[in-house]
Amino acid sequence: MLHIVACIKQVPDTKIIKMNPKTNTMDRASAPAILNPYDAHAVEEAVRLKKRYGGTVSVLTMGPPPAVKAIKKCIEIGADEGYMISDRAFAGADTLATSYALTKAIEKISQIKPVDLIICGKMTIDGDTGQVGPGIARRLDMPPLTSVNKIKEINVEEGYAIVHRKLEDGYEVIQSTMPCLMSVEKEINEVPYSSMTNMLKAARYQPVIWAVADLEDVERTQLGLKGSPTIVSKVWAPTKPSGGEMLEGDAAVQTEKLLNLLLEKKELFAVKGGSAVEL
Amino acid sequence: MSFEEYSGIWVFIEVKDGEVVLVSLELLGAGKELADKRGTELAGVLIGENVTHLAASLFEYGADTVYVYDDTIFKNYRTESYMKALLECCQKYKPEVILYGATSTGKDLASAVATDLPTGLTADSTILDIEEDTGLLLASRPAFGGNIMATILCKKYRPQMATVRPKVMKALTPEPGRKGQLIEETASIKEEDIRTKVLEIVQFTTQKVRIDEADIVVAGGKGLGSEKGFQVVHDLAETLGGAVGASRDVVEAGWVEHHHQVGQTGLTVTPKIYFAIGISGAIQHIVGMQNSGLIIAINNDPEAPIFQSSHYGIVGDAFEIVPLLIQQFKQAFNQEVVDHV
Repeated sequence: MLHIVACIKQVPDTKIIKMNPKTNTMDRASAPAILNPYDAHAVEEAVRLKKRYGGTVSVLTMGPPPAVKAIKKCIEIGADEGYMISDRAFAGADTLATSYALTKAIEKISQIKPVDLIICGKMTIDGDTGQVGPGIARRLDMPPLTSVNKIKEINVEEGYAIVHRKLEDGYEVIQSTMPCLMSVEKEINEVPYSSMTNMLKAARYQPVIWAVADLEDVERTQLGLKGSPTIVSKVWAPTKPSGGEMLEGDAAVQTEKLLNLLLEKKELFAVKGGSAVEL
Repeated sequence: MSFEEYSGIWVFIEVKDGEVVLVSLELLGAGKELADKRGTELAGVLIGENVTHLAASLFEYGADTVYVYDDTIFKNYRTESYMKALLECCQKYKPEVILYGATSTGKDLASAVATDLPTGLTADSTILDIEEDTGLLLASRPAFGGNIMATILCKKYRPQMATVRPKVMKALTPEPGRKGQLIEETASIKEEDIRTKVLEIVQFTTQKVRIDEADIVVAGGKGLGSEKGFQVVHDLAETLGGAVGASRDVVEAGWVEHHHQVGQTGLTVTPKIYFAIGISGAIQHIVGMQNSGLIIAINNDPEAPIFQSSHYGIVGDAFEIVPLLIQQFKQAFNQEVVDHV
């Protein structure tokens, strides 16, 4: 039976977060903590695979105790089990230290039930790197399959998966041995509203929580801030442009002013007659 | 780790359809500045099948050395084969910095290489600098959805690595006939060691303009109210012969597909003219279009931050302004044509 682990993260909603203009730091209280939107698609895809092939979906996160809420959200989507690693020693981890800690947790989950497939979201909206998924794959010596926008076939018995990887101008069809790790694009699926059954289950659900001491063969020097090669040396607010000229008047006057500006660049409008060149 | 052994600024050269992709040339331009500051050389690492001849143009774009891995095993990009070649090259020649384009391929490769080396990796950098004496790379990037800029350092590991957004750095003007050193390498990897196979590559057939290559981009935001309202964006783009762009909200609402998205989690565009219609101008959008030649904002909210980032602004109802503009533009353009006949 297929055992899928989806790696997820609780993030501040960076779309609405407010900045403290004096300190250039984020006012975390201004933004609700949500399940990273990309990860919702990862969990949904895992649940769909479970429906197609049978099996179990486990979700894994690293975070402070309130991140349990993000796991509950995954249970609502249809995950079966939730695991969380939570410890001060993990704090301040960059992508390398994060992939190390999650790898240790996956090794422990594998002892409970061998893992066939790991699915991650494309990236998190607070880190914006997409580096943790491939990092986990390398550490577990699994092929990393990034930018996956379709899972065409999984064959557990014969041990292969066929997926589409999104490219800038199309996609490629890749066959990989399993186990493997996929990081998935948002377009891979739509996350439907949760069923009442799942919501009730989620409300009662308590994930398994492990501290560093619960994991095996952990080199503490590779955890958290200590295990992170990168450091943030400086943050600043992006320079605010001062704005340009407002075109005043009624609509006809405004558009005429704009038209005159555009006609100064008329060499750009060679496609006369407007053949559609929209992508 | 002794840092003295590590020298040289490297650029991973990405090849697509037999040609070097633009971002790799941009990174040679950026890398040249870093190399000059450090008094070290600039090198490209070129991996692929039948790619050796491409080295000549890399020298013209500033590379002093090009390491080439030219073999059928590298016909298509695959993480495991490319990673193996780059890791071996790294271990043999020990660069101080490696830059990659922040493309699907560049990000995939950089993430894998960083884990195996191991070293630090900064994603999606938009500003690069280097300390002359220490060689410390200062890679800066928008963070937290573009709300802040952050400078990331990697003090204790070499090489230092960063992926860099396309269309941000400038390629040098090629110097015809400029020569460099070509070093041909072979990687110790066999086909049977690689666990993935590329079965097929599907390119969208298109005479359509990609939004990151278009001269004119007409972008719309949530202010247009609905997918139906968004039609004015399609109409203007069609009239002007431009490509359609969109804010994140619009893509999330499903009015257009993700490849239209401009901004931090979409594409960076630098067209000659950029229209922002009904786009409020959240910072994550601005970072994706701020380097456009001429930015025109149309919004009914005079306080919309988009006006701060525009060259020209119109406060008004897009459903009145845009159709009028289309009509006037068509008339004027026909008039122009008649004048010149």
